[in-house]
Amino acid sequence: MKRILKIISYLGLVLTIVPSLFVFKGVFDIKVHYYLMIVGMVLWFGTAPFYMKSKSLNEKEQ
Amino acid sequence: MSTGHKSSLIERLDALYEYEREPVTRDKLHGWKTFIAMFSGEHIAGTEFVLGPLMVMHGVSARDFFLGLLVGNFLAVLSWALLCAPVGVKTRLTIYWQLRRICGPYLTIAYSAFYAIILCLLAGAMVNVAVTAVSIPFNIPNPDFAAGEVIPTVPWMLLAVIVGAVIAALAVLGFEKIAHFSKICAPWMVLVFFAGAIAVLADIGCSSIGDFWRVANEKIFTGVPAGLNSKYTFWHVMGFAWLCNATQHIGMADITIFRYAKKWTQGFASAFGMYLGHYGAWVCSGILCAAYLAAGNANPQPGNIALFGAGFAGAVCVVIAGWTTANPTLYRAGLAIQVATPNWKRWKVTFAAGVFMIMTACIPAVNANLDRIVGYYGLFFMPLGAFIFIDIWVFPKLGLISDYAQKARLMISWPATFAWIGAFLFSVFIYGKDHYGWLSRLLEGKQPAWLANIKADLLFLVAPEWIVAVTLYTIFSAIQQKTANTRIQSQEVGQ
Repeated sequence: MKRILKIISYLGLVLTIVPSLFVFKGVFDIKVHYYLMIVGMVLWFGTAPFYMKSKSLNEKEQ
Repeated sequence: MSTGHKSSLIERLDALYEYEREPVTRDKLHGWKTFIAMFSGEHIAGTEFVLGPLMVMHGVSARDFFLGLLVGNFLAVLSWALLCAPVGVKTRLTIYWQLRRICGPYLTIAYSAFYAIILCLLAGAMVNVAVTAVSIPFNIPNPDFAAGEVIPTVPWMLLAVIVGAVIAALAVLGFEKIAHFSKICAPWMVLVFFAGAIAVLADIGCSSIGDFWRVANEKIFTGVPAGLNSKYTFWHVMGFAWLCNATQHIGMADITIFRYAKKWTQGFASAFGMYLGHYGAWVCSGILCAAYLAAGNANPQPGNIALFGAGFAGAVCVVIAGWTTANPTLYRAGLAIQVATPNWKRWKVTFAAGVFMIMTACIPAVNANLDRIVGYYGLFFMPLGAFIFIDIWVFPKLGLISDYAQKARLMISWPATFAWIGAFLFSVFIYGKDHYGWLSRLLEGKQPAWLANIKADLLFLVAPEWIVAVTLYTIFSAIQQKTANTRIQSQEVGQ
């Protein structure tokens, strides 16, 4: 399950950055980039919080 | 010597930090991963959307910008790694307890009070950043300080109150969960900065990677200041990148964090925060600002430029970046203010800090002059870090006693007090003699040639102030300890 969540979240990051390269190359219109970034954002925030651990300094590192 | 009121103030302050009084034990130490994650998350903040554009507006050239950031951030990393982390690892104490040993409780209270004020101001700047994005769907224009709008419209201020109140409420509930959320946001936020910048490059005539340097020189970092802004050079950019977090590294506030490090070399983890946030993100927000202006828009506010480059996701990024950094900042401000308000509950204190934060958010001049404010803030707190460094590493070699205030049971260390005031006033004077009208008039025709020839900006004064601070502190401490020894010896002879 964790692996699937990770794959989806990484896909979210890919959708955040890669479309901008296509806009730069003139393949995509900037509006497509806007929409894909929203999809990327939803994928990232829909999955990353479920597997990303965050230790405070008061907790011991494993 | 001290009144009941004063001593109870110190007791309250001690009680507030009681849980962190003891040095960190070995089983609580953290490795590189924690520090890399922490620095990467903390230095990709809402204010990065302000500082990159500020450099563009100050007409810095491409060469000066890229080189200045490279060197300035390198100096910041070295300051964390060679000055701050070794102290944190050696003493394993928080900045509060370390200052208390060296400067005495009264000066530590002063430090806390001033720190609370500046934290509220910075939290306000972050709320301001968030509101510039929240205002967009409501069609509420962001205040244009450059065009003379010194006060936002009433609807904009209402939004600031709502956003600020939410942040204050969350800070009351505790900032651990928000801090966790901000770490989750960090990888995504970095990519939003980069994606927005890459997407708009074509708009300003950059069609290939080989074109970038030409476009950077001609369209982004043109070397021509906008409006009445002063001209920034390599030295301004380098000085600012170094000074930007001076309170944390050279000012030693981050020993509180590095007391959890296994080795002092973990100070180099700060490079991730500096080169992702204070290099990459500043370059990207500078590009976004230039493209936004080139498209015929005015008033490049964080929300507008992010929306322009990254659409809705960009606007969300600005809100999250402002919110996740304002929240812990406000929490820490509340902690510091609690010293002066002993009978207030934590929620009252945090809301009081929140009111100050919201007022600050409604002053567009704060973000328009954020580089200056951050500069003063860094120079103000930096001397105390210099004292800690000298006290721990150099005093034993000079035959002077370290932690003298604690060992002599002093309520206040006069060498630290006068050296702190003296070092900061030195910087204010060197900068002010050419930049404050009243001081320039006062000194007109009275300066010796060598002094008149020194034309230093505030951002150039990190190293000179550090040298002045340690020199004054060492001389004053030597006088203090020699006088005290002489007094003790003469008392012994008298007996």
